[in-house]
Amino acid sequence: MADAKTTSFNLSCPVPRVADDRIVLAHGGGGRLTHQLIEKICIPAFGNPMLEQRHDGAVVPVNGSRLAFTTDSFVVRPLIFPGGNIGDLAINGTVNDLAMCGARPLYLSAGFILEEGLEMETLRTVVMSMQQAAAKANVKLVTGDTKVVDKGKGDGVFINTSGIGVIEANVATEIAPAAVQPGDAVIVSGDLGRHGIAILSVREGLEFESPILTDCANVWPSVQALLNAGIEVHCLRDLTRGGLATTLNEIAFDRNVCVKLEESLIPVDEVVQGACEILGLDPLYVANEGRFAAFVPVDQADAALEEMKKVEVSQGAARVGKVEEGPGRTVVLQSRIGGNRVVDMLSGEQLPRIC
Amino acid sequence: MKFVSEYRDPKAAERLAAAIRQKVTRPWTIMEVCGGQTHTIVKSGLEDLLPKEITLVHGPGCPVCVTPMELIDKAVAIAKRPDAIFCSFGDMLRVPGSTKSLFDVKAEGADVRIVYSPLDALKLAKQNPDKQVVFFAVGFETTAPANAMAAWQADHDGIENFSLLVSHVLVPPAMEALLSSSNCVVQGFLAAGHVCTIMGLEEYFPIAEKYEVPIVVTGFEPLDLLEGIYMTLCQLEEGRHNVENQYVRAVRREGNRPAQKSIAEVFEIAPRQWRGLGEIPASGFQLKGRFQKYDANRRFPFSGEPAKESPECISGLILQGIKKPHECAAFAVKCTPENPLGAPMVSSEGACAAYYHYGRRQNHLVQPELSSPTSR
Repeated sequence: MADAKTTSFNLSCPVPRVADDRIVLAHGGGGRLTHQLIEKICIPAFGNPMLEQRHDGAVVPVNGSRLAFTTDSFVVRPLIFPGGNIGDLAINGTVNDLAMCGARPLYLSAGFILEEGLEMETLRTVVMSMQQAAAKANVKLVTGDTKVVDKGKGDGVFINTSGIGVIEANVATEIAPAAVQPGDAVIVSGDLGRHGIAILSVREGLEFESPILTDCANVWPSVQALLNAGIEVHCLRDLTRGGLATTLNEIAFDRNVCVKLEESLIPVDEVVQGACEILGLDPLYVANEGRFAAFVPVDQADAALEEMKKVEVSQGAARVGKVEEGPGRTVVLQSRIGGNRVVDMLSGEQLPRIC
Repeated sequence: MKFVSEYRDPKAAERLAAAIRQKVTRPWTIMEVCGGQTHTIVKSGLEDLLPKEITLVHGPGCPVCVTPMELIDKAVAIAKRPDAIFCSFGDMLRVPGSTKSLFDVKAEGADVRIVYSPLDALKLAKQNPDKQVVFFAVGFETTAPANAMAAWQADHDGIENFSLLVSHVLVPPAMEALLSSSNCVVQGFLAAGHVCTIMGLEEYFPIAEKYEVPIVVTGFEPLDLLEGIYMTLCQLEEGRHNVENQYVRAVRREGNRPAQKSIAEVFEIAPRQWRGLGEIPASGFQLKGRFQKYDANRRFPFSGEPAKESPECISGLILQGIKKPHECAAFAVKCTPENPLGAPMVSSEGACAAYYHYGRRQNHLVQPELSSPTSR
């Protein structure tokens, strides 16, 4: 290497640019590009006060009661994975979005986009799972639609579900990102990363000593327990695409606060941790489908934790951090060895590292 | 988790940090060579534990960062062929070439796939006999044996629709290049543990001797790094310059002989371009002899314009440890992981991306962009 070579960076060239003229997969990864898509395309077109709450669902007043309304689309591959399939995912995903508004889930719609050639048996399996998940969550699927597209134009089944829930009269305050404030404790409802790793294990043909099952579940019972116990819940967020790290970044940005985490408090199953170590992934960013974060006043954190632990879906709940005033728009994690690092939002999905 | 938690134990970390604080008497600059080590340092906030006298600079050991732009352009050109399935490790996909990344052409319809092993790419070649399957063989000595094995296996099984786009680089010549530069600020090295797992220690003795620089082969967990720093510091403070092995649980003096044998059978040493550093003689591998028929460079002639780097990117200075990422004017302003000007902002092992994502200390915290994210 010649010194001249390394110091003479005066070449001129067009600056490499990120593709913003086309949709790339990272636009769906839940990270920064997803947010840019929403901010630049969706909010300018549809913006209204309810949408701008930027919550998992909208809360709308109807004749003196408060309804929550939400929608979600499911495009998972493979359709059937360890511990579940796209069917229970489509029910629980929307049920959980309603639960995150503090709403008791009531009614769902389902839209199916089916690819020509899909085996009828697969569809039966998916629909059966939806029926069981809906029964378990005590919601009714009251309207729906089916469309079929040419072979090669879909990926077996895509499902969209929308849902309506009701916020009970005993929930006095608004449960939303806007209510998060310095002094809140951050609780997660269980160990992180199971769903993402379960999917990845099938996609990549990875085998573990004990198989990792998805955590896909209806979390309303846990939310209901918190509300019935009179806990002053400030905000609830499910930890789906982008995981805990992305959710906390959204809150930190919206509220201009700092979320401080302690790595040693964050529950991650040993097998999930092992898979993440091998693949070079960070469990903080891995998707969950039956986990949520609750923001509650610090003096109610122990009581909240106690209530959550009584419910099966959140037996593994843990207090992982707190909200502080500054530095704003930042998530900081204290590592096991005592150093600090910023937990940033990723561009798109995590990419496995080379070595 | 067994064999992981032990190496992240806070009490042991504090003991080592205390030993380092006690030993240090004046400022020292130590380079960790490997991107995996940089990643651990920033991810665990390890510099918070070190005394101010110790400066860590982040070396050129990130394969994604040092792969020349022209080769990315070549990869993109091959991936765009309708008869090609282009396979790569995940984090190469986002690296910008002169106009496009592999992710861009994937979005435009190219068949680009993430694989975890070159043998997976070989399997794809067997399953798709009507396609040309090309694997982007990027990396240091660590990934060379698996790539050698893929070429050997293809030859053994008579698979013809498989090839390797090779960009293999070697650690010792890069260390020598850094040390022989008049700008060199490095006083001690943490050598890359996994590279030495394959290659052993022998190559490092002449470097330590010639440049009178301590070299400590170091692992990748926080305690490994703290111990490696401590061992390097002891040598510096005592005026010694030896090759020492911190990573004894993985590295033997002679390395992994069968792995070395398979590398030697398939690859020969060649000059290589390093992104940000320029050409370094005898610093990489290329396919040799009967394995040259698996060289994607030969199979798919490429006549692209010579690629030029962004004038604002100082990655060359960063890879040499002369500047830190946050000292670059473009850092976090014009150059972000979504819009990287240079490769160190791309891979999670790249020094710039590591600084961006994990903001080293409070006063170095990256100010996030002002646009507010929303829920999904």
